[in-house]
Amino acid sequence: MKRLHVVAMAAALAVAAATFGGARAADKLKVGFIYVGPVGDLGWSYQHDLGRKAMEKALGDKVETTYLENVPEGADAERSIEQLARTGHKLIFTTSFGFMEATLKVAKKYPNVFFEHATGFKRAPNMSTYAARFYEGRYIQGQIAAKMSKTGIIGYIVSFPIPEVISNINATMLGAQSINPNIKVKIIWVNSWFDPGKEADAAKALIDQGADILTQHTDSPAATQIAEQRGIHSFGESSDMIKFGPHAQLTADTDYWGGYYTKRAQAVLDGTWKSEDTWGGLDSGMVVMAPYTNMPDDVKKMAMATEASIRSGAFHPFKCPIVDQDGKTVECKGGTRLDNGQILSMNWYVKGIDDKLPGK
Amino acid sequence: MLETLSNIVQLIFSVSFILTVITASTPLLLAASGELVVERSGVLNLGVEGMMIVGAACGFAGAYMTGSTFVGALCGILAGAAMAAIFGILTLGLAVNQVATGLALTILGVGLSGLIGARFVGEKIVPAAHLDLPLLTGLPVVGRILFGEDAFVYVSMALVIGIWLFLYRTRMGLVLRAVGDNHASAHALGYPVLRIRMLAVLFGGACAGLAGAYLPLAYTPFFIPGMTSGRGWIALALVVFASWRPGRLVIGAYLFGAVSILGLALQPLHLGIPQQVMNMLPYLATVIVLVLISRSRGTAGSAAPASLGMVFVPDR
Amino acid sequence: MQLVLERRAERSNVIAIASPLIAIALTLVTIGILFAILGKNPLTALYVYFIEPLTDTFTLQEIAVKATPLVMIAVGLSLCYIANIWNIGAEGQFLVGAVCGSWLAVRTNGADVGYWVLPVMLLLGMIGGALYGLIPAICRVYFGASEILTSLMLVYVADLGMDYLVRGPWRDPQGLNFPTTAAFDPVASVPTLFSGGGRLHAGSIIALIVIMLASVLLGRTIMGFEIRLVGAAPRAARFSGFNADRLVLFTFAVSGALAGLAGIIEVAGPIGHLDPGVSSGYGFTAIIVAFLGRLNPLGILIAGLFLALTFIGGEGAQISMKVPLDLTKVFQGILLFYVLACDSLIVYRVRLLRSVRTAVPAHA
Repeated sequence: MKRLHVVAMAAALAVAAATFGGARAADKLKVGFIYVGPVGDLGWSYQHDLGRKAMEKALGDKVETTYLENVPEGADAERSIEQLARTGHKLIFTTSFGFMEATLKVAKKYPNVFFEHATGFKRAPNMSTYAARFYEGRYIQGQIAAKMSKTGIIGYIVSFPIPEVISNINATMLGAQSINPNIKVKIIWVNSWFDPGKEADAAKALIDQGADILTQHTDSPAATQIAEQRGIHSFGESSDMIKFGPHAQLTADTDYWGGYYTKRAQAVLDGTWKSEDTWGGLDSGMVVMAPYTNMPDDVKKMAMATEASIRSGAFHPFKCPIVDQDGKTVECKGGTRLDNGQILSMNWYVKGIDDKLPGK
Repeated sequence: MLETLSNIVQLIFSVSFILTVITASTPLLLAASGELVVERSGVLNLGVEGMMIVGAACGFAGAYMTGSTFVGALCGILAGAAMAAIFGILTLGLAVNQVATGLALTILGVGLSGLIGARFVGEKIVPAAHLDLPLLTGLPVVGRILFGEDAFVYVSMALVIGIWLFLYRTRMGLVLRAVGDNHASAHALGYPVLRIRMLAVLFGGACAGLAGAYLPLAYTPFFIPGMTSGRGWIALALVVFASWRPGRLVIGAYLFGAVSILGLALQPLHLGIPQQVMNMLPYLATVIVLVLISRSRGTAGSAAPASLGMVFVPDR
Repeated sequence: MQLVLERRAERSNVIAIASPLIAIALTLVTIGILFAILGKNPLTALYVYFIEPLTDTFTLQEIAVKATPLVMIAVGLSLCYIANIWNIGAEGQFLVGAVCGSWLAVRTNGADVGYWVLPVMLLLGMIGGALYGLIPAICRVYFGASEILTSLMLVYVADLGMDYLVRGPWRDPQGLNFPTTAAFDPVASVPTLFSGGGRLHAGSIIALIVIMLASVLLGRTIMGFEIRLVGAAPRAARFSGFNADRLVLFTFAVSGALAGLAGIIEVAGPIGHLDPGVSSGYGFTAIIVAFLGRLNPLGILIAGLFLALTFIGGEGAQISMKVPLDLTKVFQGILLFYVLACDSLIVYRVRLLRSVRTAVPAHA
């Protein structure tokens, strides 16, 4: 029994060595991705994976990609990232805020590997950060919502009160208020990035309380689906959800990471990679608005005009003066608009929002 | 203050709210009913979440490929039963520890559903049809509740009633309860304990599979891995909450559903309560209600079937 | 003709040693079919899942790091389970322990305090976990409410409570309002054992001490005897005058304390700060470890290491074989089934019966 066991092990090792030996081919750049959710979530991780595939397509034979999905943000994260670093991956994307400390720790240990952390704020000589200016898309959505809503109430389904979510709510409101100063928003926190059932329940509750436009900062198409069922309008989130709401979806604030990923991988290949902070929006194509549908032409024109002016830099959604929930005018650190730091760390609501944030 | 109160009352007594609660509670009721029968026979199957999620994947796959909700539901039922069969063979055939096997079943189920469902992510189907009877559905208030929902909702209600009748009004039900309370005596009386338990386990799996299938077939007509979001665990808890009685189970399922929906719906009314606390309410409510119910019964000991979870190997 | 199960006269020692190996072999055969359908090599899978993690000090350390909280929690749970007390809420006790210990770290963050901080944090973690574990125990003892339900529901409550703290009052002031506490100071962190960059930390030593203490408790103390007796023969235990209620309170307090300790060690060690994502379901995985370890401390140690090995191996599989995580879960589920089934053969044997007997008449 024991000897057979040893022989079996030796055989296995031999086979494995042969298999692995062959794999160490060419000079392909190995790029690794760490996802916080499943690639099938139809939302955040799904879009990142689409970006990965786009990069693969663009760079063909020059890259080989690996991804680890459903990586918890606790102690496992550091190990997963380090595993990628140890197995020859030279460029690693960690796609959730919760991976920040872990990425930093591993980056310090592996100075020859390049790390890219999404939606964070800590950097190192070999660690960049990147994020998308979703609030630009939200502003446009806010304007559309104000034009399309008959009840003057927007229903907002959100996951967790992090600054990105809050700045998005604020941008939506500012956009809406620019059309209808009396617009109202009703917010429900579902405490999850995706739980389709709960999102559907929240959507129903919001509609029952008078909302006739739905928007969300959660991952699944549940709310769009409910909007379609109830005959109202909605905005898709992260990915284009028109399939689930052919009559409901007005537009969607989609993330497009493919361009950025390709650019960064190419930089590594060219030897020009540098640690930087990228916050791309409509202008760099990281935020792409899904086609404007189910709205009258004049609303569509307005949306496209706003989009163009944001893209060109002529207009900024957070242009000053901005008044917060308590009536105070917010200090304007960016000259004519809030500066990036203020937007990135936003934890207050603009005037007109009737909700309370934790810790206040 | 008064306005807030009147808003809340208006909210709770609206048809729409009641319907939302009913539909939210339906998967819990379906899964918990099946598990109740299983536990009444003396078997503790902690794999409900795994069976539900495989039911969701297979159910969606079936409906997507054939265009029929009914076929989808059938696929979900069969998938759940198949998973339960694995559990049954191990725990009843090989006398393996039930708790560990149930947990392993959950892990397997989550993985399997991801593999099966991966192909179907991003697809959509036509949601289950709602009943639409000529005069009845149009009735105010009761119309939509009693005559306007989809088949799953009515099946869940009929199932619970059926289970109650079975357990308390049929001989087979009596035998099943006997097996759960004292398998040694039941065996001595000549009843095929293992076979009865296996049938119960399969039934429980079928119910869990149907409960899982309900989510992508009717509730939110698309498939996403993990869409059961822990409802299987809630179902398990509800069986305990119900003290293994079908009547209490209905109360528990709808109570949990109602408080969950309230936890969401009350948020925009700004009661000054942090949203995490609002989201905690269904869990707190279940514990508090259980404590109150148990107190009134007195500390007469657990109402669980006495042989629950115990391994049974017939002596030869 | 019928296959029946029969209790062996004596536990089979041969199978006791061979069972995990038979289980692995059977898993590979089953998975081999699945892998073959997906175009992967099953022998490579054997290597990647079980052997490769053992070939490198980094992954060896990681196995220990992953196993440490699992083993600690599982030992506590085993005390409950032996006595048929069903603590399903270890996850919640883990989180509460992490929160209570973290409170001190947050309070003293940046201040110049001494080395007393870490031990006090661990103590707070244990106390917090114990108190939280006492809630379902009290509900059962004084109100007769089932501990399965109460302990499970309290998991969700703990999770949401921690979420509130981390997003609100405990946020890192330099953290741009993101939901995380500041990184813990070195005095508030569990030290690593080696300086080479590996993550093996003192918590693993504590886990080993816990195992030894638990062995002593179960094998040599009256309380341990009581636990084992209540599990094996509850009526005899009652007649002996043991107080069942006290036992419920004791086991829940101890397992809560251990889960809480695991929580604060995990947060103050490998993670280094508190944020909403600190637990990846340790409390539930530990239940499997407890049963896989046959509810005894040494078995739990082996089972915990083994399960940790499959997690690490599973990651390796995702990287080197491009196997989706779901396939790893299927692999783990099937492996667990086979291990449990093979373990059963230690106590029972399968017999082929030629004649089928139907009803067994009751003997007078």
